[in-house]
Amino acid sequence: MLKIGVFVCWCGSNIAGTVDVKAVVEAVKAEPGVVFSTDYQYMCSEGGQSAIRQAIKEYELGGVVICACSPRMHETTFRKAAEAAGLNPYMVEIANIREHCSWIHKDKEEATEKAVVLCRAAIAKLNLNKPLFPGESGVVKRALVIGGGIAGIQTALDIADAGYEVDIVEKSPTIGGRMAQLDKTFPTLDCAACILTPKMVEAAAHEKIRLFTYSEVEEVSGYVGSFRVKIRQKARSVNRELCNGCGECIVKCPSKTASNAFDEGLSKRSAIYIPFAQAVPNLPVIDREACLRFQTGKCGLCEIACSAKAIDYEQEDETITEEYGAIVLATGYRPMSLDRYDEFQYSQSPDVLTSLEFERILNASGPTGGSLLRLSNGEKPKSIVFIQCVGSRSDDGCGKSYCSKICCMYTAKQAMLVKDKYPDIDVTVFYIDVRTPGKNFDEFYRRAAEAYGVRYVKGMVGKVAEWKGRLQVQAVDLLEDKQLLIDADMVVLAAAIEPDPGARKIGAMLAVNMDQNDFFTEAHPKLRPVESPTAGVFLSGMCQGPKDIPETVAQAGAAAVKVLGLLSKDKLVGNPCVAISDETLCNGCSSCEALCPYDAITFEEKQVMVQGRRETRRVAMVNETMCQGCGACTVACPSGAMDLKGFTNRQIMAEVDAICR
Amino acid sequence: MPMSTESQVQANAPAKAPTNAPANAPANTLINTPGNEEKDGKAFRPLIVSFCCNWCSYAGADLAGSSRLTYPADVKIIRVPCSCRINPLFILRAFQRGADGVIVNGCHPGDCHYSTGNFYTRRRMALLFSMLDFLGIEKERTRVEWVSAAEGARFASVMREFVEQIRRLGENKKLGDIRCKE
Ligand code: FES
Repeated sequence: MLKIGVFVCWCGSNIAGTVDVKAVVEAVKAEPGVVFSTDYQYMCSEGGQSAIRQAIKEYELGGVVICACSPRMHETTFRKAAEAAGLNPYMVEIANIREHCSWIHKDKEEATEKAVVLCRAAIAKLNLNKPLFPGESGVVKRALVIGGGIAGIQTALDIADAGYEVDIVEKSPTIGGRMAQLDKTFPTLDCAACILTPKMVEAAAHEKIRLFTYSEVEEVSGYVGSFRVKIRQKARSVNRELCNGCGECIVKCPSKTASNAFDEGLSKRSAIYIPFAQAVPNLPVIDREACLRFQTGKCGLCEIACSAKAIDYEQEDETITEEYGAIVLATGYRPMSLDRYDEFQYSQSPDVLTSLEFERILNASGPTGGSLLRLSNGEKPKSIVFIQCVGSRSDDGCGKSYCSKICCMYTAKQAMLVKDKYPDIDVTVFYIDVRTPGKNFDEFYRRAAEAYGVRYVKGMVGKVAEWKGRLQVQAVDLLEDKQLLIDADMVVLAAAIEPDPGARKIGAMLAVNMDQNDFFTEAHPKLRPVESPTAGVFLSGMCQGPKDIPETVAQAGAAAVKVLGLLSKDKLVGNPCVAISDETLCNGCSSCEALCPYDAITFEEKQVMVQGRRETRRVAMVNETMCQGCGACTVACPSGAMDLKGFTNRQIMAEVDAICR
Repeated sequence: MPMSTESQVQANAPAKAPTNAPANAPANTLINTPGNEEKDGKAFRPLIVSFCCNWCSYAGADLAGSSRLTYPADVKIIRVPCSCRINPLFILRAFQRGADGVIVNGCHPGDCHYSTGNFYTRRRMALLFSMLDFLGIEKERTRVEWVSAAEGARFASVMREFVEQIRRLGENKKLGDIRCKE
């Protein structure tokens, strides 16, 4: 039988004031296995710990019960003390007689009685403890970043600068993401391209970074330290080794009617294209849906135009499989579709735009070459109305419940940019609240309103109507409590942002959950904000929640640090309290497999001994690195084959029995 | 079954809406129902097993402790990694061994440390509790509560209220023939 030592802590007067510790020491002496019991003023002090070590040696203890504060406080401390005396650290059990007893009870007799019961339960459990040994696994010293926007680029650069290899997988033909579409950035008004493109080039040129653009993650298996990822590189129909990026093919392409996603569909592009001038890599791609050669079989002008002989109509998708120690999700966002906001005439009038579309209009490389023009007639507008919170903070069922966070600031920026160039244009902003919690943000907003004369009206717009070739905005001024009718030539809608729709598929592959708004959830909202619930998977940027560029960059750095912390280890030590399947009991029903949140259970045909006979059966196997030890499978198992180490059925039953004695 | 209609009516209300602890429950009054009589001159002290998941409810119980919020010593807590680790058999065992009430505590739905564990708990316990009720262990003796690590005050008030409810119900005698408690 296991020889058990019991140590009852006074915690000064915290425990001893309400619990008669001496009585507890006496009461548990008769419990099965207890060969030694004592009390001490502060068990967690060096003196207390050395008392544990001494007793283990002197009485040849096989396990110890510490009656003290919550295991959430000092379990590790006591496990280490036991280990120092040669005991397996998992042969330690804690009875929580402070938080769950002395601190909440006034009556000394009652509290002492309860302390004895809690201690008995711990002893009963300990009698069934087995030494546990955490598993070890290796770490592949390479990271994968999914998404090549500013979040992904920054994370990759930070990891690569520390000397580790990083791959970026980006689904579009270039890295750069949403930030590349922006004209200026708040609150400093630096041009987005000027600060982003050097980073794009740096990432492409970095010897530790590989770019997989026009590529998608197709399959992920494995676990922290060694993920196996299948990446599909879609066929560009252009040979990347031969192409020199001259652009002759684009000039010659006769099919120039495809919608240009980089300009939010406000302009057209050719079938063979580079998304924008500073794209990285500077490598064209043939849009096979729009290409005459692919659609009709006739054409082939780009092939003729290409002096480098890089056009390859036969090119096929390529799939490669790589191994990674860590994965960062940086899948970004998009503005939500405004199809359900018909009251603003968004789908009817070309002069009603989303903010991102308006951003393209302001941009010198945009559809109007940077001149502020009405798309309906090409004239300069006299009055522009901005409507904030379109789809944000909404409870109408069409929109999002959250605040998109960036709209107040970019609206102030766009209004300011308009006023700066054309002081004669009337600019009105309708808002619910103006939220400016950032460094220099409120000053920026006040500059727009005060120095530039942008008119801010608190109120929501009810309707936008087309009227005599212009737009009429019907709204309420909430502060003045009156109806407003404003004539406008352009209306700009600050559409709520939403996570990129591709994120869901990737999240499912990695067992990373999404919240009710489809943003990835963090392992802990406050204390582990860049870690996903899946070990080895981290979050960067908008995919986790709305944030602006500085915040995104900061979070990207934080995610990189977490990755580096992982990659710098040679071995990962797991949690030994994981599920274990008894193959002689398992009947291969798969009930456990379906509800494991970590995909840690697989099935294997195995030879097992059943009642002295050898049988080949399909039995469950637990991957100890992936299992996080929740125990869901143990309850689902109809044959009782699944158990959880450290919290076995028998251990918990023993606790129940001890309490209900 | 040793239950008066009066106590059934009283006890039914909180069971329908278990998350809203009724603040208006009569304060520590021992209603004269069978099983509630004073035994050997001592008031009835129920035996209550409270399962807590490590990440939220156990931490909530710790917070109740460090905030010095009192609840009756009748409650004995068993720590499990997640509420989904609680096998219905543990609860049956507790009743067989003489527990008068069992309460299962987990993280709020959606907040489970293992993301989905408490959804299973919710379903399993709903089934188990109605089966127990069918067997004669009244629904009021069992409960599922979601208590976060920040809800120390709620943990204490839920425990107080649950103990009160069990006191009103009196001793659990249904499994008397096979249980060990005299
Ligand atoms: S960890 Fe608390 S319910 Fe799962």
